[in-house]
Amino acid sequence: MKGSFKEKAMQLVFLIAACASIVAVILICVYMFGNGIPAMQKIGFKEFLTGTEWKPNNEIFGILPMIIGSIYVTIGAIIIGVPIGILCATYMAKFCPPKIHKILKPAIDLLAGIPSIVYGFFGLMVIVPIIQDVFGTGGKGILTASIMLGIMILPTIISVSESNIRAVPDAYYEGALALGATHERSVFFTVIPAAKSGITAAVILGVGRAIGETLAVSVIVGNSPVIPESVLDMARTMTTNIVLEMGYAEGLHREALIATAVVLFVFILIINLLFSLLKRKGGKA
Amino acid sequence: MQKFKGHPISLFLNILVKLATLLTVGVLVAVVGYILIMGIPNLKPSLFEWEYTTDNVSMMPAIINTLTMTALALLIAVPFGVFSAIYLVEYAGRGNKIVGVVRITTETLSGIPSIVYGLFGYLMFVTAFKSYNIMAGILTLAIMILPLIMRTTEEALKGVPDSYREGSLGLGAGKLRTVFRVVLPSAIPGILAGVILGIGRIVGETAALLYTAGTVTGVATSLFSSGRTLSVHMYALLSEGLYTDQAYATAVVLLVMVIIINALSGLVARAVGRNKE
Repeated sequence: MKGSFKEKAMQLVFLIAACASIVAVILICVYMFGNGIPAMQKIGFKEFLTGTEWKPNNEIFGILPMIIGSIYVTIGAIIIGVPIGILCATYMAKFCPPKIHKILKPAIDLLAGIPSIVYGFFGLMVIVPIIQDVFGTGGKGILTASIMLGIMILPTIISVSESNIRAVPDAYYEGALALGATHERSVFFTVIPAAKSGITAAVILGVGRAIGETLAVSVIVGNSPVIPESVLDMARTMTTNIVLEMGYAEGLHREALIATAVVLFVFILIINLLFSLLKRKGGKA
Repeated sequence: MQKFKGHPISLFLNILVKLATLLTVGVLVAVVGYILIMGIPNLKPSLFEWEYTTDNVSMMPAIINTLTMTALALLIAVPFGVFSAIYLVEYAGRGNKIVGVVRITTETLSGIPSIVYGLFGYLMFVTAFKSYNIMAGILTLAIMILPLIMRTTEEALKGVPDSYREGSLGLGAGKLRTVFRVVLPSAIPGILAGVILGIGRIVGETAALLYTAGTVTGVATSLFSSGRTLSVHMYALLSEGLYTDQAYATAVVLLVMVIIINALSGLVARAVGRNKE
């Protein structure tokens, strides 16, 4: 009987541990929404979400410029990172000899492991001066941040796309080959379309990374809280808005920053939902 | 080139994938090369003195803080992660409702940006303790790496052949003994690879720590005092704008740490591969 008590007790311990992630998500939701929603109510939902001015000193808190800034840099990152990422994943899955793959895989992993602050530093020291020279602007802005983020989401897109391209049954490729298509045509016109939902999931994951990235963006995007008019303009994203002002904000200002994080959180929850829907769809196919 | 005769599209696609790969590798070489070339000449002994002053801008206290916080965050996250993976793989039967919920929540956790974790940690732990402290940072980091540890442990446990479990149960061992004496030991390399990835995540983290563990420059003297990790140190150097040389040197140290961590996890992963054969 003693043994069976131990078995039961440990099973309970394992069950409690399994609930840790559930508890964590509940706590995060309670604390974020519990602090953010009342702040939005105080400011006014409409004023907060669609206001175009952010003047903490005058108690004006409109985060539309930051929402637009976040969306712009994310779109820019997708335009730059997605084509390169998918092509690179295709090469790794279907073109490269095993010897090269042995070098490429750790290289992509390293690209994923480099801390975002190091990327930001590289952007500040290398990309900003290049943009300065080419366009004659200050160098910081949406374009610079988009390039940097495009690079930073590459490893995510490459590794998720690669495993999805590999998951396509060989019969697809062989069938196309047997019909007389070249290797390239077989890969691009049968295998890649078959991996479509997996690749889309990779892109969505990349969107999540890009929209949530904070420090690399904060040193190169310029941080002016106005709606940008061109890709060379400086902008501010939701993440940088929080990280820049949280250090000294007080009262309603601080609450407005927490509310900004709530808006970001909602964006991420929607992105996560899309990702799991697609993954499930891909899994069934 | 003979095989592309009459297939201009194939030739074009072939060149395109190679260009994209070259570009990706080129970016990596550029980032790593630039940091190493600019940073190594700036590595001075004074940067590694035990005490931080505004003259030496030593990163040693930050390195020590990084090590303690990594160790403590792992101490919390690894048992929770491993135990919950054990529950999911070994105990929960098919169609168990909790499994579905746990999956959704871990997916959610792994998608949350670090700045949101940072604010959550601030609201929950810093408010409770009344000031920035490394305990708040450690707890925030532990939640952040929990899904990573869980997922890798789960994969590792699933990789253990059922014959091991059946053999152990057949010899009369209980379920618990089977899990701890037979299944877990054979899953250790996989779990270790996950832990190493978690270390990498912690070392590179900044946004979640700025407003939890804070940015005090010295070694944290207790769990309830503030201290900065190496990444936070580098962010502080950049935002102060006076210490570019030291920032280069810090970037080198960070980069070398990440390269070592990645190499380790690669080695462990290869050991897993060998075990399976």
